[in-house]
Amino acid sequence: MPELSVDHLLGIKYLNAEDINLIFKTADHFKEVINRPIKKVPSLRDITIANLFFENSTRTKLSFELAEKRLSADVINFSASQSSVNKGETLIDTVNNILSMKVDIVVMRHPNVGAGVFLSKHVDAKIINAGDGTHEHPTQALLDSYSIREKLGNVKGKKVLIVGDVLHSRVALSNIFALQLQGAKIKVCGPTTLIPKYISSLGVEVEINLKKALEWCDVANVLRVQHERMDINYFPSTREYTQLFGINKTILDNLGKKIVIMHPGPINRGVEITSDVADADQSIILNQVENGVAVRMAVIYLLAQQIKR
Amino acid sequence: MSKKILLNSKDIEIILHRLACQLIENHNDFSNTVLVGLQPRGSFLAKRLADLLKNQYHIKDLKLGLLDITFYRDDFRRREQPLTATSTEIDFIIEDKKVVFIDDVLFSGRSIRAALTAIQSYGRPENIELLVLIDRRFSRHLPIQPNYKGRQVDAINEEKVLVTWKETHKKDAVYLENN
Repeated sequence: MPELSVDHLLGIKYLNAEDINLIFKTADHFKEVINRPIKKVPSLRDITIANLFFENSTRTKLSFELAEKRLSADVINFSASQSSVNKGETLIDTVNNILSMKVDIVVMRHPNVGAGVFLSKHVDAKIINAGDGTHEHPTQALLDSYSIREKLGNVKGKKVLIVGDVLHSRVALSNIFALQLQGAKIKVCGPTTLIPKYISSLGVEVEINLKKALEWCDVANVLRVQHERMDINYFPSTREYTQLFGINKTILDNLGKKIVIMHPGPINRGVEITSDVADADQSIILNQVENGVAVRMAVIYLLAQQIKR
Repeated sequence: MSKKILLNSKDIEIILHRLACQLIENHNDFSNTVLVGLQPRGSFLAKRLADLLKNQYHIKDLKLGLLDITFYRDDFRRREQPLTATSTEIDFIIEDKKVVFIDDVLFSGRSIRAALTAIQSYGRPENIELLVLIDRRFSRHLPIQPNYKGRQVDAINEEKVLVTWKETHKKDAVYLENN
């Protein structure tokens, strides 16, 4: 009988290929559940989950909350902006206070790299990393791979291009780990200032020319330029970035094949991707959002299964 | 471990015909009735009965669905082994329909309890009946009884009733196993 090999979901780098397969198979069942007239199952009715968001989020937070509610878990939400963190409380104190209210699972987004790993060593709860700084965002990578699998039948052997601000992207790193585990080929494309120097050590190729990169790939996962994480100017102007690395309909129509377009959101329309591309039928951006709920339900369900009372 | 045969393939064939006739007696042309096999093991019996009703008894528009109850079970996190889900395939509306649950063995009744909750996700049926191949008497944990049963069996808790089907084990048979 299958079970996850990990106690927490801290990052894709801690998972193996069987884990990903198990999560996807479970997500298939939950995708059927969330398309029923009544989209709820009672599995987690005695489980309490805290969503701790120390950094802004719309999509991920809503997606996790919906996934938890569709599994019938009790949910409490917490945002750093309204909390005692601003009054100087430490992370462990904050979380231990929340856990004393009998919480079983913590979903956490934090601006610091490794916050989830740190927490998992100091508190007695299942931890799900919903993004830690520029490090990992495992559920996003899982839903991205799940969406590729759904669209193209298989991830193995597919050529996936990650375009944009790879340096500041936790989505990129988690995607690289997840895609490699499933046997996909990966290239990254973007301004050299936004490509990390160590990237080749991960077995990932770099292509600076967007057109060549798009001609190579089956799937392009387009990332947002994360201005909020930039303390210096990494490229001369947004206009220049768009001209060199923005994806528009003309480029796609001249490729001679139809590639799949993905974006983890939020989209800066007209910057990394134009509106007609984002809304085109080859774009699976909204499928990614729907699949996000099913994949998060699967992750929560599989981790909750390990909780024994 | 000893293994005793309870029903052979001939017995099962006779029982399937009887169950099919009993269903026709109560549901006529099945215009307002749907059959729902409980995954995974009830699905074989459900498919077999549906084939029989269509081919031998000429029921034209028979609706058959398969229901997985994994996420509705009451032993989640209470078992040694994790639960594995199977697929649910119900592509029709249950609202105001007569539903017949089909399962191979009725033991504690807990699976049926879970199925009663699960089916509500597809609407409010007019009524629900239960058809089982084997009814293990005196083993119920809940007040649940079958409307149609193939054979009633008195087995002690340590004994296991094993149903095999041609589709998976090359042979239709029901065994009583004693560990």
